[in-house]
Amino acid sequence: MTTWAWIIVAAVTAYLTKFAGYLLPRKLLNNKAVPGIAAALTVGLLASLVITNALASGQALQLDSRLLALAAALIAAKLRAPFIVIVIVGAVVTALGRMAGLP
Amino acid sequence: MKLSAAVQQGLWVGLATGLYGISFGALSVAAGLDVAQTCALSLLMFTGGSQFAFIGVIGGGGTGIAAWSAASLLGVRNGVYGMRTKAMLQPKTAWIPAMAQLTIDESMAVSSAQGEIAEQKRGFWAAGLAVYGFWNACTLLGALAGDAIGDLQAWGLDGAAVAAFVGLLWPHLKGRDPVVIAVAAAAVTIATVPFVPPGVPILIAGTVSVLLWWWRR
Repeated sequence: MTTWAWIIVAAVTAYLTKFAGYLLPRKLLNNKAVPGIAAALTVGLLASLVITNALASGQALQLDSRLLALAAALIAAKLRAPFIVIVIVGAVVTALGRMAGLP
Repeated sequence: MKLSAAVQQGLWVGLATGLYGISFGALSVAAGLDVAQTCALSLLMFTGGSQFAFIGVIGGGGTGIAAWSAASLLGVRNGVYGMRTKAMLQPKTAWIPAMAQLTIDESMAVSSAQGEIAEQKRGFWAAGLAVYGFWNACTLLGALAGDAIGDLQAWGLDGAAVAAFVGLLWPHLKGRDPVVIAVAAAAVTIATVPFVPPGVPILIAGTVSVLLWWWRR
């Protein structure tokens, strides 16, 4: 399938997920497992996406300037910087690394 | 006209969140999507984490199905928000289709922060609509800018993507369990990247996270 097709399928899935929440019976809502699983999934997927974007290059692990972005972003987040500042810090540090000759 | 506290909060949250639509737009173009595809994601999918996941997998050379899976799993929490919003706000049935599209982290957060139900409702709509407006406008700006500046790696945009995911993850790391899950997911990802196609490590890490939560509770 083309990229467009996957965009539409993913968008429809996202909408149906949101909509389904409004349809589920109250009994499920009171089940403590549901919010717990959703929270665990969110944390796990985001952590995995951090690592994938910082270290993976296709199927290889590759150490380059993106690692500087990871370190800088963690420090910025720890210092409670707003989201947009964290993103800019990541870009600037990576660009500086490349200017200094790192891969 | 004086805006209620919930509406003001919603507008500010909308503006602040919307601004990072610029980074989404630019990163999406850097990942290989065109401007129209980028805008379609923000207009139709409209849930930041899933959108970043989708382009993150595509940009890393992953397949469409891997991108769809990662984005969809990350969207599961919106379903939970939908249940909570319905329980809290008791909306009229006619409004639910529109409310569903606006059910995201920000509208849930602003609504939950209010005391009385009228303010909770105003907070939900204000935040949801403000984020929708700013997020889509900024996505277009970012996509056009990303298209115009050319070599995005030299600008460190791949580093910006790493930082964006750190920024999305950080607010969820309250308490010990989320930190344990995050570290485990990171380790699983590093261990599996060389052995499975791009995008799949993210799904394995998601599965391990749920198992770990199950085991620790």
